[in-house]
Amino acid sequence: MARVIVDVMLKPEIHDPQGEAVLSASHRLGFGNVTGVRQGKRFELDIDGPAGEAALARAEELARELLANPVIEEFSLSFAE
Amino acid sequence: MSDSGAERAPKGALGARNTDTVEVAAATPEAEQPFKELGLTDDEYAKVRQILGRRPTAAELALYSVMWSEHCSYKSSKVHLRNLAPRGAQAGRLLAGIGANAGVVDIGQGYAVTFKIESHNHPSFVEPHQGAATGVGGIVRDILAMGARPVAVMDALRFGPADAHDTARVLPGVVSGISFYGNCLGLPNIGGELSFDPCYAGNPLVNALCVGVMRHADLKAAVASGPGNQVVLFGSRTGPDGVGGASVLASATFAGDAGDGRAAAKRPSVQVGDPFMEKLLIECCLELFAGDLVEGIQDLGAAGVACATTELAAGGGPQVGMRVDLDLVPLRDPSLTPAEILMSESQERMMAIVTPGKAGEFAAVCAKWDVEATVIGEVTGDGLLTMTWRGGTVVSIPPQTAADGPVYSRPLARPSAQDELAADGPAMPRPDGGAALRQALLALLGSPDLADKAWVTQQYDAIVRGNTVLAMPEDGGLLRVDEDTHLGIALATDGNGRYCRLDPYLGTQLALAEAYRNVAMTGARPMAVTNCLNFGSPEDPGVMWQLAEAVRGLAAGCATLGIPVTGGNVSLYNQTGQVAIHPTPVIGVLGVHDDVRRRVCAGFGADGATIIVLGETRDELGGSAWAHVAHGHLGGTPPAVDLAAEQRLGELIVAAAAAGLLASAHDLSDGGLAIAVAESCLRGGNGCSIALDGVSPQAFTALFSESAGRAVVTVRPEQAAEFVALAHSHDVPAAAIGTVTGDSLQVHGQFDIPLDELAAVWQGTLPALFG
Repeated sequence: MARVIVDVMLKPEIHDPQGEAVLSASHRLGFGNVTGVRQGKRFELDIDGPAGEAALARAEELARELLANPVIEEFSLSFAE
Repeated sequence: MSDSGAERAPKGALGARNTDTVEVAAATPEAEQPFKELGLTDDEYAKVRQILGRRPTAAELALYSVMWSEHCSYKSSKVHLRNLAPRGAQAGRLLAGIGANAGVVDIGQGYAVTFKIESHNHPSFVEPHQGAATGVGGIVRDILAMGARPVAVMDALRFGPADAHDTARVLPGVVSGISFYGNCLGLPNIGGELSFDPCYAGNPLVNALCVGVMRHADLKAAVASGPGNQVVLFGSRTGPDGVGGASVLASATFAGDAGDGRAAAKRPSVQVGDPFMEKLLIECCLELFAGDLVEGIQDLGAAGVACATTELAAGGGPQVGMRVDLDLVPLRDPSLTPAEILMSESQERMMAIVTPGKAGEFAAVCAKWDVEATVIGEVTGDGLLTMTWRGGTVVSIPPQTAADGPVYSRPLARPSAQDELAADGPAMPRPDGGAALRQALLALLGSPDLADKAWVTQQYDAIVRGNTVLAMPEDGGLLRVDEDTHLGIALATDGNGRYCRLDPYLGTQLALAEAYRNVAMTGARPMAVTNCLNFGSPEDPGVMWQLAEAVRGLAAGCATLGIPVTGGNVSLYNQTGQVAIHPTPVIGVLGVHDDVRRRVCAGFGADGATIIVLGETRDELGGSAWAHVAHGHLGGTPPAVDLAAEQRLGELIVAAAAAGLLASAHDLSDGGLAIAVAESCLRGGNGCSIALDGVSPQAFTALFSESAGRAVVTVRPEQAAEFVALAHSHDVPAAAIGTVTGDSLQVHGQFDIPLDELAAVWQGTLPALFG
């Protein structure tokens, strides 16, 4: 069993209203030194078989098809420690 | 109000020395400029140089290129759109018309209504969710800019084949985008359209309509006036959204306006909407309007700051100018160049003209709503739009020259294939006998165009704000405007690409007639028209012919009906390669309902009621749903149009609704009587027993012909004689065909379909396709 982590973030040039909302809430709560927030999402996939290239390739396929929107998001893959 | 963006770059870091200023432009006339990449032709570029008496700066080039784009200037369609200007009595109730952000109609009792439909086709293809969401946001700001509170939205959607792989990507994304933005904003979505055709694969049509209500006195103009008045940009910060095209400025031989040799940053063409910011903007603007704190206001849509400053300044008259300091524009990304700041399509921004005496109050209202507002310049009396950046002048133009844009009389020619198309009528074998007709009805009812739209409409909030009287799946949406007088407004949109492909003039009139009829079915008097003209490339003479014919048909139709076109939008270049979409004008009609308590629904709700078909049924199946679904055939001529008959039908329904004579009313359109009766059975939860001989001697024609100007109504038996007399006095043919009864759709001598079976076929299609 391989556990693959997929981290999905909006591409840096894409507007992130949710991140901005978190930023302004941070300031209201007194975290004035927070100067930027970008919000993303993380998936943990359990995939049958060894933690190798094959698992990573399947995870990448799934990320492209379902987990991320490649038009506005980018993702990175890694194995869980 | 802050006077500068927090992320403002220090002056001098990239000083005027490296900037393409007016002085630099004058001194370097030979510098090559990427005007072609920005969409300007050789002639247009030469005209800009002639206007300015020098080459434009990079920022000016960006400004002219977006202002003279097809999208902003209507350069190919304007010559035809002039035909739509209301004449004589048509204009009687218009408070503001074509040319304003949206038309405004007097609906009585001191109320005015503004409504408009606009396309967001291409962005919705690229990124369906955000494209459709920002389409809603954009049209809502148009309505807001007129001084009105937006009260409802509608969406007319067209996609490629329902079972195509890409439709499974585009449709759910578009629907989720519309529902996300509209629901977050708290605006009810009260109707629209959904249809499918291979011609829309790769060119989906996403047309969004918004309607707003105001008191007469609240009407606002997009005009800058009064030298010394402040120019205020408020709402979201300006980021690199939608400036993908501007990157050529930085990569061109002449180093663009940043000029420091750095690689152009990546600029996205996708804009992301923030409905919560839009909600704040709406409430903020309405409070600013109520306090009489703005002299003029404009929303920022396509072409952003470039368009807003140009149009406000140009609207003020030849003496009015504007001076803007681009360093003051609050930026989300400090690396933006002047050209990019001008072209950015960042969402949720507005621009207002404010007198200095009211600046404090203006700022206080914005602060209350947590809306960032920044004075970026002032109105001047020199007739020039001047912009500075980091100490240099980067724009100095007469604003009218950018706002007006070129006007082209592009060549148009009726395609030769048009005759073959007309000659190729639907001569296919027709179903004969009860079993075959039954099968044909079920096939139509379950086809994606005619199937239950609940999969889509259930994702929309249709009743938020508490004033929705009718919404999808009724023929038209109906909203209460005044709780005490029960005044209301009704809206419907319609379009039929197949009819328009066969005959754009008649097809457009049929769309107008259908929207008019749908509004009348609620009991409302149709009063004004908006339109979204979706066509292929204007560089194709055949497409231009379609556009010209459609506009001619719409103008003539509105003149006959005595109602004005109040505004609209044109979307061209909807084509893949050489293949254009069907010409698809989408027509929105607004009506006024005197008493929404007397609204009429489409469902057969009253057991025992008499079913009456109104209007005349001819054998008209060219472009019909039957030809399309049963045979994949498109040819022949569309149904005949008789707008005087439509008007009589509308007046009859309105009079009958007011007199309380109608238990239901449903218009006949795609799929004819068969589909209308099936829908009325399913919506009302009652079956019916009908005979077809009063409609047409041929059962097939009676069931599936799409003759215009027809409706099916139900009347309680004791009122039937009174209603029929009323129909005769309106010169509308009326034939009693049966009774609301039982739990099946029963056609004498032909077939019987249990409601359960109808419902399963009708409701199963979209969930099976889209999950």
